[in-house]
Amino acid sequence: MMEPSEAALPEEPVATHEEITFKTDLSQTRPSEDPQDLDAAVRVERFSSWYGDFQALQALSFVIPENRITAFIGPSGCGKSTLLRWINRMNDLVPSARAEGVLELHGTDLLSSQADVVDLRRRVGMVFQKPNPFPKSIYDNVAFGPRLHRKLSRSETDDLVEQSLNDAALWDEVKDRLKASALSLSGGQQQRLCIARAVACGPEILLMDEPCSALDPKSTAAIENLMATLRQHYTIAIVTHNMQQAARTSDFTAFLYQGELIEFGATQQIFTKPEQRETENYITGRFG
Amino acid sequence: MSAEVTTFGPDRLSRHGRAASIALRMLKDRGFVVICILAATSSILVLSWLLWSILSSGLTYLDWAFLDDVPSRKPEKAGMGPAIIGSVLVCAVCAFFALPIGVGSAVFLEEYKPTKGKWVKRLHAFVQLNISNLAGVPSIVYGIIGLTVFVEMFGLFGSANDPALAIGSHPFEASDGSSYLEQAWYYFQLPIGRGVLAGALTLMLVILPVVIISAQEALRAVPDSLRHAALGVGATRWQMVSKVSLPAAVPGIMTGSILAMSRAIGEAAPMLVIAGIVFITYTPLHLMDDFTVMPLQIYEWAKKPQEAFHAVAASGIIVLLAVLLGFNALAVFIRNKFHKPLS
Repeated sequence: MMEPSEAALPEEPVATHEEITFKTDLSQTRPSEDPQDLDAAVRVERFSSWYGDFQALQALSFVIPENRITAFIGPSGCGKSTLLRWINRMNDLVPSARAEGVLELHGTDLLSSQADVVDLRRRVGMVFQKPNPFPKSIYDNVAFGPRLHRKLSRSETDDLVEQSLNDAALWDEVKDRLKASALSLSGGQQQRLCIARAVACGPEILLMDEPCSALDPKSTAAIENLMATLRQHYTIAIVTHNMQQAARTSDFTAFLYQGELIEFGATQQIFTKPEQRETENYITGRFG
Repeated sequence: MSAEVTTFGPDRLSRHGRAASIALRMLKDRGFVVICILAATSSILVLSWLLWSILSSGLTYLDWAFLDDVPSRKPEKAGMGPAIIGSVLVCAVCAFFALPIGVGSAVFLEEYKPTKGKWVKRLHAFVQLNISNLAGVPSIVYGIIGLTVFVEMFGLFGSANDPALAIGSHPFEASDGSSYLEQAWYYFQLPIGRGVLAGALTLMLVILPVVIISAQEALRAVPDSLRHAALGVGATRWQMVSKVSLPAAVPGIMTGSILAMSRAIGEAAPMLVIAGIVFITYTPLHLMDDFTVMPLQIYEWAKKPQEAFHAVAASGIIVLLAVLLGFNALAVFIRNKFHKPLS
């Protein structure tokens, strides 16, 4: 498992080269599975989405398997982020956005207008592209979500904060300064704090929208290692522009192009024997 | 045009008079700095001349007793005690009403901004435009509105001297047998008359647009990424506003509100309409009581024929300027002390 894979990041300007260690490289170690054999966390069927007249997603059908990491890759504007924003209903903020088809989280219809959006968003954790901690203390950042949903005693909150920070592999670094401002943390620590904030609500799935694009390689490695640990407890969907990241971290990969799902399958298969011509062109860097 | 340029490398631009243009550009560059210096010095000069003329005549009567004494017919005995108390009282009541209404309106206009519906959006834009317009309305106009709406209440409750409703007054019989109505500190009447409350509510109208606009700007400075983060963990809109946007905007809202209050404390025109020129030698006992404020007292002194009272007016101006300076310093202090980066 412990495999220093500096070779996996050939083009990155790496200042702290020797310190970067990717604990897991799933593409090498995991056997290929068929997504249809696994329990579905999110079921997507004939799912289309529009912004005004522009169709962003075209009749997608696939499942995001439970307790696995699913990566969404594709060139900019292919609809990856749109899909994520539908799963936690962030698209409610976009007035022109509308969708058709089936989108279910563990059997709950995510598109229903009767759905309790507030509860849905608690069940779906979201990590954004740029770390966005609140200008509050580290402790209050993690406790923010749980406190919204129910009253917590002091010791309950303490436990929850410690657990969540542990989940996000941040506890050891911040346990002595929980009252310090979250903005005093480094970018990578801030992003792990955002992950802790998301997992504190007990989500059923964790959505990550290019979580490492604003981070340096060392912090990226920390997040990726964290994902490998989180995989035991959470279903993770990650959007990434970094091919190596998708290959290293995910069990399954979906390739989207111009709003269509071109290919969905085990990551190892997608990156070694893609079935579609476009997929091969994209992952080998011939476009995108 | 472009087809004529056929040279390559460093020569390309020199053919088009680069050397000449450098001299001209440097001249314009220096000229602009000179204009800026002139503009800055002229305003500083005017300000120092103003300050000097006020200080030179006003310092004669300025001592601690001046802050405490009541107005008098003799300039050397005159003081602005009731005016200072009146200003403090009017501004406190004004802030009590203006801040919740102003910040509430700002939150509604900014955080509950309509995103769907053509007509709702137009209504929002219309309201927004009019708030900006109201900020530019001369304050005397607010004074006249205040007179009709607050002082007289459209005549719905009779006149101020014969109020339809009066709470907190009871007959008091003096030792000489005459009786009059004594008013308690919580005395309230409808219509509210030319009292502190009417003055405060009128000043509220004057500063509300400024409070709303500055609070909106403070809310707009809170990055959307924080709002998304709050919504992302399942906050309702109100939880998002009360726990994230508003706390982050508080320093900006406070700064704007304090500056608005310093405008309120310096307003003379609407107060003149509401309170009129009255010779007040006592501090207001309740919110319906007659009152005067610092600018009004200064105005009264300044229009007296006796030369000596003009010096008293200058003393009053010094006190008012000191108060305004205090308010602005407080605003700057809060901005520097509590303004934190938000992301």
